[in-house]
Amino acid sequence: MSAALSLRNVWVEYGDKVVLERINLDIEEGAFVSVVGPSGAGKSSLLRLVLGQDAPTRGAILLDETPLKAECTPERGVVFQRYSVFPHLTVLGNTIFGLECADAPVAARLFGTRRRAAAAQALEMLEAVGLEHALDLYPAQMSGGMQQRLAIAQALIKRPRILLLDEPFGALDPGIRSDMHTLITQLWRDYSLTVIMVTHDIKEAFSLGTRVLTLDKSRVDPHAPHRYGATVVYDLPLTRKAAPDAAVQLSQTDISITIDRNDNN
Amino acid sequence: MGWLNRQFKPGNSVGRMGGSNALLGLVPIVVLVIVYLVVAADRNAINPNEKILPLPGAMVEAMWGLVFERDQLSGRFLFWSDTFASLQRLGLGLAISTLSALVVGLMLGVLPTFRATFGALVTSIAVIPPIALLPVLFIVFGLGETAKVALIVIGIAPFMVRDIAAHVTALPREQIVKAQTLGASTWQLLLRVALPQAMPRLIQALRLSLGPAWVFLISAEAIAADVGLGYRIFLVRRYLAMDVILPYVAWIALLAAMIDFALAFASRRAFPWAHGAGH
Repeated sequence: MSAALSLRNVWVEYGDKVVLERINLDIEEGAFVSVVGPSGAGKSSLLRLVLGQDAPTRGAILLDETPLKAECTPERGVVFQRYSVFPHLTVLGNTIFGLECADAPVAARLFGTRRRAAAAQALEMLEAVGLEHALDLYPAQMSGGMQQRLAIAQALIKRPRILLLDEPFGALDPGIRSDMHTLITQLWRDYSLTVIMVTHDIKEAFSLGTRVLTLDKSRVDPHAPHRYGATVVYDLPLTRKAAPDAAVQLSQTDISITIDRNDNN
Repeated sequence: MGWLNRQFKPGNSVGRMGGSNALLGLVPIVVLVIVYLVVAADRNAINPNEKILPLPGAMVEAMWGLVFERDQLSGRFLFWSDTFASLQRLGLGLAISTLSALVVGLMLGVLPTFRATFGALVTSIAVIPPIALLPVLFIVFGLGETAKVALIVIGIAPFMVRDIAAHVTALPREQIVKAQTLGASTWQLLLRVALPQAMPRLIQALRLSLGPAWVFLISAEAIAADVGLGYRIFLVRRYLAMDVILPYVAWIALLAAMIDFALAFASRRAFPWAHGAGH
């Protein structure tokens, strides 16, 4: 398997504060990488790096062997814990937004047959996340779980090389959260996604991931704690276990729009 | 039931509680009118030439000539030409302010370079008392319509610009990043993410600016004009003509209330998502 994303000796420093140091990672295509670690250990910094929101102070980040620009682009989709969807657009409007940006550079809106084609594509995506009955709702009218489903559909419609999840289920009730686990596992299989998920929930990290990274400081200077940054202290590949039961049941019912590069269905 | 927990629906709904709300809102107004009528009747009983607190009959008589009869000098219906002139100035001033607030506010809010360059300028303009600039405007633009419209614009535009800029700046960072990962360019982000979310706020800012806008309009008309609601009020003040002033003030209040209501209605209709599109 090829490495979709590589980090080569990456450092992140703000002033004289070192946040991340000596990060060397190769993330394979089709991996589901969970990132855990204590608060302030640079989990979000790592995510921002991969997202292109921040540039590394030292080192290089390669996406498919080419250096990554420090800019957010459609190659990397993202779902945040909150504020991921646009409050002024309906479910359909939110999902179609990515297609409209690509196809209508000036108006950023599609009309007529092109809009119908985009809407059909969006509908397909919304069916995959179970929101096909809520097309005309605004985010404020939906529960937190539905909003996260929408955020996932919105990101996946651009077919990103890497999907970044920043504590996506942290604000949800336990019942809804387990539904969302089933859903994301299902989508990861169906669409052969490469996922990097930052989470606080260790159980979630192990049950969803194929690989768990733990970030923490490996050395501490008690007189200047900010001078050493966090790095990857544990890198645990999880030889893939049997899929969760619920996911199996679901995947038997419909497997429709797969781009199955890895035979992991 | 505790006083805190008594709920009332918005005034325009016709529900059971809504009706009682509209009635409740009317009570203080009716009380004020009755107090005025009692005091006015009292004074008129003592002095048949009473000027300060005219009775409704006297007001109707004085207004009749202004509303329904042509002025002998100018050949115009004074009340209507006053109303038209004032609304035209107000409308122009509000339109220019709103448009500039939208354009400048969006740019200030979205583009860091623009904010760094022009943010301080907008703030310093905003702290100048607009009336202090009125002589400058009269000197620069003359005594015509331009100076009056310019006063309204200078008076309310900076507030609106800053309000929109602050609102757009406060859009969650996550939304901006999300839009970029969906392939949105800066232009598309302005057009599809920032602009629509600024619109309800813009209407809100416009509603709040209506009061000051009227103040600046009346001030400008009072100082130099030959037609307009403010001009008429200040003109007839010389004759203690309260029977004209009071109906004019009531008419101004009614116009302002109608504009405010129309804006609130338009905002609810056009941007339901911003008004808690309820479950």
